[in-house]
Amino acid sequence: MSAFVVMSLIAALLFFRGFQIFKAFGLDFITTSTWDAADGTVANAKFGVAAMLVGSIITAVIAMTIAFPFVVSSALFLEFYVPKKVKAVLVAILDVMAAIPSIIYGLWGYLVLMPLAAGWASTINKYLGWIPIFHVEVKNFEASPFVSGLVLALMILPIAMSVTREVYSRAPLDQIQAAYALGGSRWGALKTVVLPFGRSGLIGGMLLGLGRALGETIAVLLTLNLVFQVKFQILASAGGSVASLIASRIGEASPLELKALMAAGLVLFLLTLIVNFGASTVVARAERRVK
Amino acid sequence: MSSTEMQVQVEPQRPWIDRTSSLKDTVALVGVSAILAAVANLVTGLAGLMGFYLAFVIFFVITSVIDGYRHDKVKAVDKMATALVTLGFATAFIPWASILLTVVRRGWPAIYGGYFTHDMSVTAADDDLAMGGLSHAIVGTGLILLVACIISIPLGILTAAYITEIRGRLAGFVRIMVQSMSGVPSVVAGLFIFATIVSRWKFSGLAGAFALAILMLPTIARTAEEVLKLVPEEVRSASYALGASQTATTFRIILPAARSGLITASVLGVARVAGETAPLILTAYYSAIFSTKMTGQPIASLPMYVYQNFTVGTDTALTRAWGGAFVLLTLILILFVIARIIGGRGKK
Repeated sequence: MSAFVVMSLIAALLFFRGFQIFKAFGLDFITTSTWDAADGTVANAKFGVAAMLVGSIITAVIAMTIAFPFVVSSALFLEFYVPKKVKAVLVAILDVMAAIPSIIYGLWGYLVLMPLAAGWASTINKYLGWIPIFHVEVKNFEASPFVSGLVLALMILPIAMSVTREVYSRAPLDQIQAAYALGGSRWGALKTVVLPFGRSGLIGGMLLGLGRALGETIAVLLTLNLVFQVKFQILASAGGSVASLIASRIGEASPLELKALMAAGLVLFLLTLIVNFGASTVVARAERRVK
Repeated sequence: MSSTEMQVQVEPQRPWIDRTSSLKDTVALVGVSAILAAVANLVTGLAGLMGFYLAFVIFFVITSVIDGYRHDKVKAVDKMATALVTLGFATAFIPWASILLTVVRRGWPAIYGGYFTHDMSVTAADDDLAMGGLSHAIVGTGLILLVACIISIPLGILTAAYITEIRGRLAGFVRIMVQSMSGVPSVVAGLFIFATIVSRWKFSGLAGAFALAILMLPTIARTAEEVLKLVPEEVRSASYALGASQTATTFRIILPAARSGLITASVLGVARVAGETAPLILTAYYSAIFSTKMTGQPIASLPMYVYQNFTVGTDTALTRAWGGAFVLLTLILILFVIARIIGGRGKK
C-alpha cells in the first residue's frame, strides 16, 4: 500500500505546489520557453518549459536511435551466439554496468567522450550539414544534445537489453527447429522466428529506456548546455532537459520560481509515468502471449 | 504421466549452437581484418585508435561475407549477420571498459593514506592532493543509506508479502503501482522531499534518506516479490495444515525461509541508489565538514563530493572528483559481490 500512498502524495503535492503557476500561466507554461523569474512576482515573471520539454524529448530520441541497433544485436548475441557459461558472466557484468551511478557517466561523458564526440559531430556537420537537424550556426559542437544523447544511449542500454533478451529467450523452440529443418541458417531462423516474436518485447524495452532517459538528470546536466529556446539542431551546443533544469535552478530559486520548478517536476512526472505505463503494458502483453 | 515419460527429447535442442565453424576460422577472420585495418590506418584518413577500430569493423564484415560466399549466398548473409551482431555487442562494451579504466586511472592519484580519514573543512578543492579527503562523504553516504534502509526495507518486504502472501484484493493494483514507482525519475523524488521536508526544515541527511528510500522501495519490493514466489507452495500448505494463521505463516515461515533472497534484494536496492546524485542536490545537499548530524544541516555524500569537485573544475578538483568516483564505484561493486555471494548461498 505504501507505494500507492507515496505515488499519489507525489502527484498531489507537486500539483498543489505548482497550481499557482498553472493558474497564472495556463497552457503558456507548456508552450512558451522564456524562463525569467524577474522580481519574483507573478505579474512580471515568465515561466515556460517548452524548450526544456522539447529538449528532453530530442535527447531521449537521439539516445534511443543510437542505442537501438546495439540493443538488438547485443540481445541476439547473448541469447543465440555465445555458450551458456560465457553468457552468465557477460550478464553479470551488464548488471554491474547498469548500476554505474549517473554522476560517473556524466563525468566520463564530459571529460572523455565530449572531445571525441565533438569531433564526430564536426565530421557529420561537414558532410551532412545541409540536412536541417545537422546544421549549426556557430561551430561549437560541445555540450550538444548529440553528446548527451550518446551518454544516455549508453545508460539505457543495459535495461533495454535485458528486457529484450528476456523476451527473445522465450521464442518458441519448435519454430526455431523448424526453420533449421527447412534448411535455414542461424540468421534465417532469427529473422523469421525470433525477431518477429520478440518485437513487442523490444518495443517495451526501448520504452523503458526512454522513460529512464527522460528522467535522467545529472549525466545530462554535466553534458548539455541548457538554453531556453526551442531548437532542433542536434549538433549545436544548446539543448534542454526538464530534469536538469530542476537540479540546476533549485539552489538559487525564489519562492515563485520554486513553484514553477514544482510544476515542471509534475510535467516530467506525468510524462515518464505515461511512457513507463505504456512500456509495462507492452511488455505484459508480450509475456502473456508467451504463456 | 506416462505419456510425458514416453516423449523422447529431440536433438539438437538448441540448433543455433554453431558446430560448423571452428576457432581457427574465427582467428583467421579477425587476423585478416586486423591486418587490413592496420594498412588502412596507415594509408587512409582513418587514423588513430578510433580509425583503426572503424576500419576493422568494415573489413571484418567484408571478409565475413567473402568467407560465407565460399559456400553460398545464404551462408554469406548468415556470416554477415554474425559479424554485425558480434561487433554490435563488442562496440557496446568499449565505452564501459573506457569508463572503468578512466575511473581507475584518473581516480588513483587522488588516493593516499589520509584520503579516508580527512575531510575538506580546512582544504580547498584545488589545494594539493596530499591534503584533505572524503571521510565526511563516506560517513554521510553511509548514514543516509542506513536510514534509507531502515525506512524502505520493511516497507518493501511488506509490500512484496502483500502481493504474494496476503494476496489482498488490491494486490494487482499495488503491483502496478510499484512498477510505475520504479519509473519515477530520481529528481522528481528529490523534488517531492524538497517540497515536503526541506522547504520547512532546511537541507538535512534525513531528507536525503527519505528521497533515497522512495527510490529504493520499488527495487526491493520487486526483487523480494520474485524471491517470495520461489518459496514452494508445499511450505505454505504445510504451515496452514498445522493450524498456523496467515499472519503466522507469512512472518514466521515464509519470510525466514526466503531470508537470504530478501537480503540480496535489500543489498541490490542499496547498490541501485548509492550513487544517486540528483535527489541529494535537492535534499541533503553538501557540506565539507565531517558530521554525523542527520537533521537541521546539510551533510556530505560521495556522489555530491564528486559533483561538488566537478563544478569547481580545476585540475586538482577534477582529480578529487575522479577519486570520489573511484571510491563510489568500488563501494557499489562490493555491494554487488555481497549480493551475489548471499544470493548464491541461498540457492544451494
